[in-house]
Amino acid sequence: MTWIIIGIVAVLAIGLVVVYNRLVRLRNRIDAAWSQIDVQLKRRYDLIPNLVETVKGYAAHERQTLEAVIQARRQAVDARGIEEQAQAENILTGALRQLFAVAEAYPELRANQNFLALQEELTGTEGRIAFARQFFNEQVLAYDNAREVFPTNVIAGMFNFEAKPYFEAETESRENVRVDFGQGNSQAQPPQ
Amino acid sequence: MLGFIVLVAAVGWLFGYVTGVGYWGLVAAVVFSLLMTWGSYFNSDRIALAMSRAQPADPRTHLQLHNIVEGLSIAAGLPKPRVYVVEDEAPNAFATGRDPKHAAVAVTSGLLGKMNRDELEGVLAHELAHIKNRDTLVMTLAVTLVGVIVLLGDWMLRALWWGGHDRDDRGGGAGAVVALLGVVLLVIAPLFAQLLQFAISRRREFLADADAVFLTRHPQGLTNALRKLQSDRTAVRSASRATAHLWIESPLSLEKARGERGATGVGAWLNRLFETHPPLESRIAALQQTTLGAGAFIP
Repeated sequence: MTWIIIGIVAVLAIGLVVVYNRLVRLRNRIDAAWSQIDVQLKRRYDLIPNLVETVKGYAAHERQTLEAVIQARRQAVDARGIEEQAQAENILTGALRQLFAVAEAYPELRANQNFLALQEELTGTEGRIAFARQFFNEQVLAYDNAREVFPTNVIAGMFNFEAKPYFEAETESRENVRVDFGQGNSQAQPPQ
Repeated sequence: MLGFIVLVAAVGWLFGYVTGVGYWGLVAAVVFSLLMTWGSYFNSDRIALAMSRAQPADPRTHLQLHNIVEGLSIAAGLPKPRVYVVEDEAPNAFATGRDPKHAAVAVTSGLLGKMNRDELEGVLAHELAHIKNRDTLVMTLAVTLVGVIVLLGDWMLRALWWGGHDRDDRGGGAGAVVALLGVVLLVIAPLFAQLLQFAISRRREFLADADAVFLTRHPQGLTNALRKLQSDRTAVRSASRATAHLWIESPLSLEKARGERGATGVGAWLNRLFETHPPLESRIAALQQTTLGAGAFIP
Protein backbone atom coordinates (compact mmCIF):
# COMPACT_ATOMS: atom_id res chain seq x y z
CA MET A 1 0.00 0.00 0.00
CA THR A 2 2.78 2.41 0.92
CA TRP A 3 4.41 1.73 -2.46
CA ILE A 4 1.31 3.00 -4.25
CA ILE A 5 1.32 6.19 -2.24
CA ILE A 6 5.02 6.69 -2.85
CA GLY A 7 4.41 6.05 -6.52
CA ILE A 8 1.63 8.62 -6.74
CA VAL A 9 3.65 11.22 -4.86
CA ALA A 10 6.64 10.59 -7.14
CA VAL A 11 4.51 11.02 -10.27
CA LEU A 12 2.99 14.26 -8.93
CA ALA A 13 6.42 15.59 -7.98
CA ILE A 14 7.84 14.84 -11.41
CA GLY A 15 4.77 16.40 -13.00
CA LEU A 16 5.25 19.54 -10.91
CA VAL A 17 8.88 19.85 -11.95
CA VAL A 18 8.06 19.31 -15.61
CA VAL A 19 5.30 21.93 -15.64
CA TYR A 20 7.35 24.45 -13.66
CA ASN A 21 10.29 24.07 -16.03
CA ARG A 22 8.01 24.48 -19.02
CA LEU A 23 6.64 27.75 -17.62
CA VAL A 24 10.16 28.99 -16.91
CA ARG A 25 11.29 28.20 -20.45
CA LEU A 26 8.29 29.94 -21.98
CA ARG A 27 8.87 33.01 -19.83
CA ASN A 28 12.54 33.12 -20.80
CA ARG A 29 11.62 32.95 -24.45
CA ILE A 30 9.58 36.10 -23.96
CA ASP A 31 12.60 37.90 -22.52
CA ALA A 32 14.78 36.68 -25.37
CA ALA A 33 12.18 37.78 -27.92
CA TRP A 34 12.02 41.19 -26.27
CA SER A 35 15.77 41.70 -26.47
CA GLN A 36 15.54 40.71 -30.14
CA ILE A 37 13.07 43.58 -30.63
CA ASP A 38 15.46 45.82 -28.69
CA VAL A 39 18.35 44.98 -31.01
CA GLN A 40 16.30 45.91 -34.07
CA LEU A 41 15.02 49.09 -32.44
CA LYS A 42 18.58 50.19 -31.67
CA ARG A 43 19.44 49.65 -35.32
CA ARG A 44 16.60 51.95 -36.27
CA TYR A 45 17.68 54.63 -33.81
CA ASP A 46 21.17 54.54 -35.26
CA LEU A 47 19.92 55.00 -38.82
CA ILE A 48 17.65 57.95 -38.08
CA PRO A 49 20.15 60.81 -37.52
CA ASN A 50 21.76 60.05 -40.89
CA LEU A 51 18.32 60.06 -42.52
CA VAL A 52 17.35 63.37 -40.95
CA GLU A 53 20.59 64.98 -42.16
CA THR A 54 20.10 63.71 -45.71
CA VAL A 55 16.52 64.98 -45.85
CA LYS A 56 17.54 68.35 -44.36
CA GLY A 57 19.92 68.77 -47.26
CA TYR A 58 17.01 68.85 -49.72
CA ALA A 59 13.92 69.74 -47.71
CA ALA A 60 15.10 71.98 -44.90
CA HIS A 61 11.77 73.77 -44.62
CA GLU A 62 9.91 70.56 -43.72
CA ARG A 63 10.87 71.45 -40.16
CA GLN A 64 7.70 70.24 -38.52
CA THR A 65 8.07 66.72 -39.91
CA LEU A 66 11.80 66.53 -39.18
CA GLU A 67 11.30 67.81 -35.65
CA ALA A 68 8.60 65.22 -35.07
CA VAL A 69 10.99 62.45 -36.06
CA ILE A 70 13.81 63.76 -33.86
CA GLN A 71 11.44 64.18 -30.91
CA ALA A 72 9.91 60.74 -31.35
CA ARG A 73 13.34 59.15 -31.57
CA ARG A 74 14.48 60.83 -28.35
CA GLN A 75 11.34 59.66 -26.57
CA ALA A 76 11.81 56.11 -27.79
CA VAL A 77 15.45 55.95 -26.72
CA ASP A 78 14.47 57.15 -23.24
CA ALA A 79 11.47 54.85 -22.83
CA ARG A 80 11.57 52.15 -20.16
CA GLY A 81 9.41 49.07 -19.83
CA ILE A 82 7.47 47.18 -22.44
CA GLU A 83 4.33 49.35 -22.59
CA GLU A 84 6.12 52.70 -22.60
CA GLN A 85 8.56 51.51 -25.25
CA ALA A 86 5.76 50.05 -27.36
CA GLN A 87 3.94 53.37 -27.29
CA ALA A 88 7.07 55.38 -28.13
CA GLU A 89 7.91 53.01 -30.97
CA ASN A 90 4.50 53.38 -32.53
CA ILE A 91 4.82 57.18 -32.45
CA LEU A 92 8.26 56.96 -34.08
CA THR A 93 6.94 54.66 -36.80
CA GLY A 94 4.19 57.18 -37.53
CA ALA A 95 6.67 60.08 -37.67
CA LEU A 96 8.95 58.18 -40.06
CA ARG A 97 6.00 57.33 -42.26
CA GLN A 98 5.19 61.04 -42.45
CA LEU A 99 8.79 61.82 -43.33
CA PHE A 100 8.84 59.37 -46.24
CA ALA A 101 5.45 60.57 -47.45
CA VAL A 102 6.73 64.15 -47.43
CA ALA A 103 9.95 63.12 -49.20
CA GLU A 104 7.85 61.93 -52.15
CA ALA A 105 7.46 65.58 -53.17
CA TYR A 106 11.22 66.09 -53.63
CA PRO A 107 12.50 64.27 -56.74
CA GLU A 108 16.17 65.21 -56.15
CA LEU A 109 15.94 63.73 -52.68
CA ARG A 110 14.32 60.59 -53.98
CA ALA A 111 17.15 60.12 -56.49
CA ASN A 112 19.88 60.57 -53.91
CA GLN A 113 21.74 57.26 -53.47
CA ASN A 114 22.32 57.77 -49.80
CA PHE A 115 18.63 58.42 -49.25
CA LEU A 116 17.66 55.33 -51.21
CA ALA A 117 20.06 53.10 -49.29
CA LEU A 118 18.80 54.55 -45.99
CA GLN A 119 15.22 54.05 -47.11
CA GLU A 120 15.87 50.39 -47.92
CA GLU A 121 17.72 49.88 -44.64
CA LEU A 122 14.90 51.51 -42.71
CA THR A 123 12.30 49.47 -44.58
CA GLY A 124 14.30 46.36 -43.79
CA THR A 125 14.58 47.39 -40.16
CA GLU A 126 10.86 48.15 -39.96
CA GLY A 127 10.29 44.66 -41.33
CA ARG A 128 12.60 43.13 -38.78
CA ILE A 129 10.96 45.05 -35.96
CA ALA A 130 7.52 43.97 -37.15
CA PHE A 131 8.60 40.34 -37.35
CA ALA A 132 10.33 40.52 -33.99
CA ARG A 133 7.12 41.91 -32.49
CA GLN A 134 5.13 39.16 -34.16
CA PHE A 135 7.47 36.53 -32.73
CA PHE A 136 7.33 38.23 -29.33
CA ASN A 137 3.54 38.19 -29.33
CA GLU A 138 3.55 34.51 -30.29
CA GLN A 139 5.77 33.74 -27.28
CA VAL A 140 3.47 35.76 -25.00
CA LEU A 141 0.50 33.82 -26.37
CA ALA A 142 2.18 30.47 -25.70
CA TYR A 143 3.11 31.59 -22.19
CA ASP A 144 -0.39 32.94 -21.46
CA ASN A 145 -1.96 29.73 -22.68
CA ALA A 146 0.29 27.66 -20.44
CA ARG A 147 -0.34 29.96 -17.48
CA GLU A 148 -4.11 29.94 -17.75
CA VAL A 149 -4.95 26.40 -18.87
CA PHE A 150 -6.40 24.25 -16.10
CA PRO A 151 -3.83 21.99 -14.51
CA THR A 152 -0.89 24.35 -15.10
CA ASN A 153 -2.62 27.48 -13.80
CA VAL A 154 -2.51 26.02 -10.29
CA ILE A 155 1.27 25.73 -10.44
CA ALA A 156 1.60 29.10 -12.15
CA GLY A 157 -0.32 30.66 -9.29
CA MET A 158 1.79 28.87 -6.70
CA PHE A 159 5.04 30.23 -8.08
CA ASN A 160 3.84 33.69 -9.12
CA PHE A 161 4.23 33.48 -12.88
CA GLU A 162 2.86 36.92 -13.67
CA ALA A 163 1.15 37.90 -16.91
CA LYS A 164 3.22 39.49 -19.67
CA PRO A 165 1.75 42.23 -21.89
CA TYR A 166 1.43 42.00 -25.65
CA PHE A 167 3.23 44.50 -27.88
CA GLU A 168 0.11 46.21 -29.20
CA ALA A 169 -0.45 48.74 -31.97
CA GLU A 170 -1.42 52.14 -30.63
CA THR A 171 -4.82 53.56 -31.61
CA GLU A 172 -3.36 56.62 -33.38
CA SER A 173 -1.15 54.56 -35.62
CA ARG A 174 -4.23 52.67 -36.78
CA GLU A 175 -5.59 55.88 -38.33
CA ASN A 176 -4.63 56.55 -41.91
CA VAL A 177 -1.74 58.88 -42.59
CA ARG A 178 -2.98 62.16 -44.09
CA VAL A 179 -0.66 63.19 -46.89
CA ASP A 180 -0.80 66.64 -48.48
CA PHE A 181 1.41 67.27 -51.51
CA GLY A 182 1.23 71.05 -51.13
CA GLN A 183 4.22 73.09 -52.45
CA GLY A 184 6.74 72.28 -49.73
CA ASN A 185 4.21 73.18 -47.08
CA SER A 186 3.02 69.89 -45.71
CA GLN A 187 -0.03 70.03 -43.47
CA ALA A 188 0.08 66.44 -42.32
CA GLN A 189 0.20 66.22 -38.56
CA PRO A 190 2.28 63.58 -36.80
CA PRO A 191 0.34 61.66 -34.15
CA GLN A 192 0.77 63.31 -30.74
CA MET B 1 5.22 8.55 -43.58
CA LEU B 2 3.75 5.97 -41.21
CA GLY B 3 2.24 4.13 -44.15
CA PHE B 4 5.66 4.12 -45.72
CA ILE B 5 7.24 2.49 -42.68
CA VAL B 6 4.49 -0.11 -42.61
CA LEU B 7 5.15 -0.87 -46.27
CA VAL B 8 8.85 -1.27 -45.59
CA ALA B 9 8.17 -3.58 -42.65
CA ALA B 10 5.82 -5.68 -44.78
CA VAL B 11 8.33 -5.93 -47.60
CA GLY B 12 11.05 -6.81 -45.11
CA TRP B 13 8.93 -9.56 -43.64
CA LEU B 14 8.09 -10.90 -47.09
CA PHE B 15 11.74 -10.91 -48.03
CA GLY B 16 12.62 -12.84 -44.91
CA TYR B 17 9.84 -15.32 -45.55
CA VAL B 18 10.66 -15.94 -49.19
CA THR B 19 14.41 -16.22 -48.85
CA GLY B 20 14.44 -17.92 -45.48
CA VAL B 21 16.87 -15.34 -44.16
CA GLY B 22 14.56 -13.89 -41.52
CA TYR B 23 14.77 -10.24 -40.54
CA TRP B 24 18.48 -9.97 -41.34
CA GLY B 25 17.59 -9.05 -44.89
CA LEU B 26 15.68 -6.02 -43.68
CA VAL B 27 18.47 -5.02 -41.33
CA ALA B 28 21.11 -5.27 -44.05
CA ALA B 29 18.94 -3.30 -46.49
CA VAL B 30 18.40 -0.54 -43.92
CA VAL B 31 22.11 -0.29 -43.18
CA PHE B 32 23.06 -0.13 -46.87
CA SER B 33 20.36 2.38 -47.70
CA LEU B 34 21.37 4.58 -44.78
CA LEU B 35 24.99 4.49 -45.87
CA MET B 36 24.01 5.47 -49.40
CA THR B 37 21.71 8.36 -48.57
CA TRP B 38 22.98 9.90 -45.38
CA GLY B 39 26.31 11.01 -46.77
CA SER B 40 24.43 13.25 -49.17
CA TYR B 41 22.07 14.38 -46.39
CA PHE B 42 24.95 15.60 -44.28
CA ASN B 43 26.40 17.56 -47.15
CA SER B 44 23.05 18.44 -48.67
CA ASP B 45 23.77 22.16 -48.54
CA ARG B 46 27.15 21.91 -50.26
CA ILE B 47 25.83 19.50 -52.87
CA ALA B 48 22.70 21.46 -53.74
CA LEU B 49 24.58 24.76 -53.92
CA ALA B 50 27.35 23.32 -56.05
CA MET B 51 24.94 21.59 -58.41
CA SER B 52 23.07 24.81 -59.09
CA ARG B 53 26.26 26.90 -59.26
CA ALA B 54 24.99 29.27 -56.59
CA GLN B 55 27.06 32.27 -55.55
CA PRO B 56 26.93 33.86 -52.09
CA ALA B 57 24.80 37.01 -52.21
CA ASP B 58 26.75 40.19 -51.46
CA PRO B 59 24.92 42.12 -48.71
CA ARG B 60 25.68 45.40 -50.47
CA THR B 61 24.27 44.55 -53.89
CA HIS B 62 21.46 42.37 -52.51
CA LEU B 63 20.50 44.48 -49.50
CA GLN B 64 16.76 43.94 -49.91
CA LEU B 65 17.18 40.17 -50.22
CA HIS B 66 19.25 39.98 -47.06
CA ASN B 67 16.82 42.23 -45.19
CA ILE B 68 13.88 40.04 -46.14
CA VAL B 69 15.63 36.80 -45.17
CA GLU B 70 16.78 38.29 -41.88
CA GLY B 71 13.30 39.57 -41.02
CA LEU B 72 11.69 36.24 -41.79
CA SER B 73 14.20 34.27 -39.76
CA ILE B 74 13.44 36.53 -36.80
CA ALA B 75 9.74 35.81 -37.31
CA ALA B 76 10.41 32.07 -37.46
CA GLY B 77 12.79 32.05 -34.50
CA LEU B 78 15.51 30.48 -36.67
CA PRO B 79 19.14 31.48 -37.14
CA LYS B 80 19.55 33.39 -40.38
CA PRO B 81 20.44 30.98 -43.21
CA ARG B 82 23.22 31.72 -45.71
CA VAL B 83 21.91 33.53 -48.77
CA TYR B 84 22.90 32.62 -52.32
CA VAL B 85 22.02 33.79 -55.82
CA VAL B 86 21.83 31.56 -58.91
CA GLU B 87 22.43 33.25 -62.26
CA ASP B 88 19.40 32.06 -64.21
CA GLU B 89 16.50 33.79 -65.92
CA ALA B 90 13.90 31.32 -64.67
CA PRO B 91 12.28 32.60 -61.47
CA ASN B 92 12.77 30.02 -58.75
CA ALA B 93 14.22 29.51 -55.27
CA PHE B 94 15.30 26.66 -53.04
CA ALA B 95 16.31 25.94 -49.45
CA THR B 96 18.74 23.28 -48.31
CA GLY B 97 20.80 22.15 -45.35
CA ARG B 98 20.58 19.30 -42.87
CA ASP B 99 19.19 21.45 -40.04
CA PRO B 100 18.36 25.12 -39.36
CA LYS B 101 21.92 25.81 -38.18
CA HIS B 102 23.44 24.65 -41.46
CA ALA B 103 20.74 25.95 -43.74
CA ALA B 104 21.09 27.93 -46.94
CA VAL B 105 18.60 29.68 -49.18
CA ALA B 106 19.13 30.45 -52.87
CA VAL B 107 17.14 32.53 -55.35
CA THR B 108 17.63 32.91 -59.08
CA SER B 109 18.44 36.29 -60.57
CA GLY B 110 15.27 35.78 -62.60
CA LEU B 111 13.20 35.69 -59.42
CA LEU B 112 14.83 38.86 -58.12
CA GLY B 113 14.05 40.63 -61.35
CA LYS B 114 10.45 39.50 -61.75
CA MET B 115 9.04 39.68 -58.23
CA ASN B 116 8.26 42.73 -56.11
CA ARG B 117 9.10 42.91 -52.40
CA ASP B 118 5.85 41.36 -51.19
CA GLU B 119 6.13 38.40 -53.54
CA LEU B 120 9.81 37.90 -52.80
CA GLU B 121 8.94 37.84 -49.12
CA GLY B 122 6.28 35.19 -49.76
CA VAL B 123 8.68 32.98 -51.70
CA LEU B 124 11.41 33.30 -49.10
CA ALA B 125 8.91 32.60 -46.33
CA HIS B 126 8.05 29.36 -48.15
CA GLU B 127 11.72 28.41 -48.26
CA LEU B 128 12.24 29.25 -44.59
CA ALA B 129 9.20 27.13 -43.80
CA HIS B 130 10.96 24.20 -45.50
CA ILE B 131 13.96 24.80 -43.25
CA LYS B 132 11.80 25.12 -40.16
CA ASN B 133 9.91 21.91 -40.95
CA ARG B 134 13.21 20.12 -41.60
CA ASP B 135 12.03 18.96 -44.99
CA THR B 136 15.50 17.87 -46.12
CA LEU B 137 15.44 15.42 -43.22
CA VAL B 138 11.93 14.23 -44.07
CA MET B 139 12.71 13.70 -47.75
CA THR B 140 15.99 11.97 -46.92
CA LEU B 141 14.06 9.58 -44.68
CA ALA B 142 11.64 8.96 -47.51
CA VAL B 143 14.45 8.35 -50.00
CA THR B 144 16.14 6.00 -47.51
CA LEU B 145 12.96 3.98 -47.16
CA VAL B 146 12.63 3.77 -50.93
CA GLY B 147 16.23 2.60 -51.02
CA VAL B 148 15.48 -0.16 -48.52
CA ILE B 149 12.62 -1.47 -50.59
CA VAL B 150 14.56 -1.25 -53.83
CA LEU B 151 17.48 -3.11 -52.30
CA LEU B 152 15.27 -5.82 -50.86
CA GLY B 153 13.54 -6.25 -54.20
CA ASP B 154 16.86 -6.48 -55.95
CA TRP B 155 18.33 -9.03 -53.53
CA MET B 156 15.09 -10.95 -53.64
CA LEU B 157 15.33 -11.40 -57.36
CA ARG B 158 18.98 -12.39 -57.18
CA ALA B 159 18.29 -14.90 -54.41
CA LEU B 160 15.52 -16.51 -56.43
CA TRP B 161 17.57 -16.51 -59.60
CA TRP B 162 20.60 -18.15 -58.04
CA GLY B 163 19.05 -20.21 -55.30
CA GLY B 164 15.91 -21.42 -57.02
CA HIS B 165 16.43 -25.15 -56.55
CA ASP B 166 16.38 -24.80 -52.74
CA ARG B 167 12.76 -23.81 -52.98
CA ASP B 168 11.53 -27.40 -53.40
CA ASP B 169 11.75 -28.40 -49.76
CA ARG B 170 9.53 -25.46 -48.78
CA GLY B 171 6.33 -27.47 -48.48
CA GLY B 172 4.49 -27.83 -51.73
CA GLY B 173 2.02 -25.77 -53.73
CA ALA B 174 0.82 -23.28 -51.11
CA GLY B 175 4.37 -22.21 -50.28
CA ALA B 176 5.16 -21.71 -53.97
CA VAL B 177 2.09 -19.51 -54.50
CA VAL B 178 2.99 -17.29 -51.58
CA ALA B 179 6.57 -17.13 -52.84
CA LEU B 180 5.30 -16.05 -56.24
CA LEU B 181 3.05 -13.40 -54.70
CA GLY B 182 6.03 -12.28 -52.69
CA VAL B 183 8.11 -11.88 -55.81
CA VAL B 184 5.41 -9.93 -57.61
CA LEU B 185 4.95 -7.62 -54.65
CA LEU B 186 8.68 -7.12 -54.22
CA VAL B 187 8.87 -6.08 -57.85
CA ILE B 188 5.93 -3.68 -57.56
CA ALA B 189 6.88 -2.39 -54.11
CA PRO B 190 9.68 -0.11 -55.35
CA LEU B 191 7.15 1.59 -57.60
CA PHE B 192 4.72 2.11 -54.71
CA ALA B 193 7.57 3.39 -52.61
CA GLN B 194 8.47 5.97 -55.26
CA LEU B 195 4.84 7.08 -55.49
CA LEU B 196 4.74 7.46 -51.72
CA GLN B 197 7.91 9.51 -51.82
CA PHE B 198 6.41 11.89 -54.38
CA ALA B 199 3.17 12.10 -52.41
CA ILE B 200 5.11 13.05 -49.30
CA SER B 201 6.98 15.68 -51.29
CA ARG B 202 3.73 17.25 -52.48
CA ARG B 203 2.28 17.23 -48.98
CA ARG B 204 5.34 19.01 -47.61
CA GLU B 205 4.98 21.65 -50.33
CA PHE B 206 1.43 22.43 -49.19
CA LEU B 207 2.66 22.53 -45.61
CA ALA B 208 5.45 24.94 -46.55
CA ASP B 209 2.90 27.18 -48.30
CA ALA B 210 0.71 27.23 -45.18
CA ASP B 211 3.65 27.90 -42.86
CA ALA B 212 4.86 30.66 -45.15
CA VAL B 213 1.54 32.44 -44.73
CA PHE B 214 1.75 31.92 -40.98
CA LEU B 215 5.13 33.64 -41.03
CA THR B 216 4.15 36.64 -43.12
CA ARG B 217 0.45 36.93 -42.12
CA HIS B 218 0.03 38.05 -45.73
CA PRO B 219 -1.23 35.33 -48.11
CA GLN B 220 -1.37 37.71 -51.09
CA GLY B 221 2.44 37.88 -51.26
CA LEU B 222 2.93 34.20 -51.91
CA THR B 223 -0.29 33.91 -53.97
CA ASN B 224 0.80 36.64 -56.35
CA ALA B 225 4.25 35.11 -56.62
CA LEU B 226 2.77 31.71 -57.52
CA ARG B 227 0.53 33.38 -60.11
CA LYS B 228 3.57 35.00 -61.67
CA LEU B 229 5.34 31.65 -61.68
CA GLN B 230 2.33 30.12 -63.40
CA SER B 231 2.62 32.43 -66.37
CA ASP B 232 6.38 32.07 -66.66
CA ARG B 233 7.56 29.52 -69.18
CA THR B 234 11.31 29.31 -68.52
CA ALA B 235 12.93 26.30 -66.79
CA VAL B 236 16.06 26.43 -64.65
CA ARG B 237 19.12 25.41 -66.62
CA SER B 238 21.09 23.72 -63.89
CA ALA B 239 18.26 21.72 -62.29
CA SER B 240 18.17 17.94 -62.09
CA ARG B 241 15.77 15.25 -60.88
CA ALA B 242 17.73 14.75 -57.71
CA THR B 243 17.29 18.31 -56.45
CA ALA B 244 13.91 19.01 -58.08
CA HIS B 245 11.96 18.76 -54.82
CA LEU B 246 14.00 21.52 -53.21
CA TRP B 247 12.79 24.31 -55.51
CA ILE B 248 9.62 26.30 -54.89
CA GLU B 249 8.27 25.34 -58.29
CA SER B 250 9.37 22.32 -60.25
CA PRO B 251 12.43 23.42 -62.21
CA LEU B 252 12.19 20.53 -64.65
CA SER B 253 10.92 21.60 -68.05
CA LEU B 254 8.90 18.40 -68.47
CA GLU B 255 6.96 18.85 -65.25
CA LYS B 256 6.40 22.51 -66.06
CA ALA B 257 5.09 21.70 -69.51
CA ARG B 258 2.66 19.12 -68.14
CA GLY B 259 1.42 21.57 -65.55
CA GLU B 260 0.79 24.20 -68.18
CA ARG B 261 -1.13 22.00 -70.56
CA GLY B 262 -3.49 21.20 -67.68
CA ALA B 263 -4.15 17.82 -69.22
CA THR B 264 -6.91 15.53 -68.01
CA GLY B 265 -7.43 11.81 -68.26
CA VAL B 266 -5.84 8.75 -66.76
CA GLY B 267 -2.49 9.34 -68.45
CA ALA B 268 -2.21 12.83 -67.03
CA TRP B 269 -3.33 11.64 -63.60
CA LEU B 270 -0.65 8.97 -63.63
CA ASN B 271 1.96 11.54 -64.59
CA ARG B 272 0.89 13.82 -61.75
CA LEU B 273 1.51 11.02 -59.26
CA PHE B 274 5.21 11.29 -60.07
CA GLU B 275 5.49 15.02 -59.59
CA THR B 276 7.46 16.55 -56.76
CA HIS B 277 5.24 19.63 -56.52
CA PRO B 278 1.47 20.01 -56.47
CA PRO B 279 0.07 21.87 -59.48
CA LEU B 280 0.25 25.65 -59.06
CA GLU B 281 -3.56 26.03 -59.38
CA SER B 282 -4.11 23.77 -56.35
CA ARG B 283 -1.53 25.67 -54.35
CA ILE B 284 -3.10 29.02 -55.25
CA ALA B 285 -6.58 27.67 -54.46
CA ALA B 286 -5.40 26.43 -51.06
CA LEU B 287 -3.88 29.83 -50.30
CA GLN B 288 -7.08 31.64 -51.38
CA GLN B 289 -8.96 29.75 -48.72
CA THR B 290 -6.78 31.16 -45.96
CA THR B 291 -7.74 34.73 -46.82
CA LEU B 292 -11.39 33.98 -46.04
CA GLY B 293 -10.63 33.05 -42.43
CA ALA B 294 -8.98 36.34 -41.51
CA GLY B 295 -10.32 36.10 -37.98
CA ALA B 296 -8.38 32.93 -37.44
CA PHE B 297 -5.03 34.71 -37.42
CA ILE B 298 -3.33 34.97 -34.08
CA PRO B 299 -2.35 38.53 -33.18
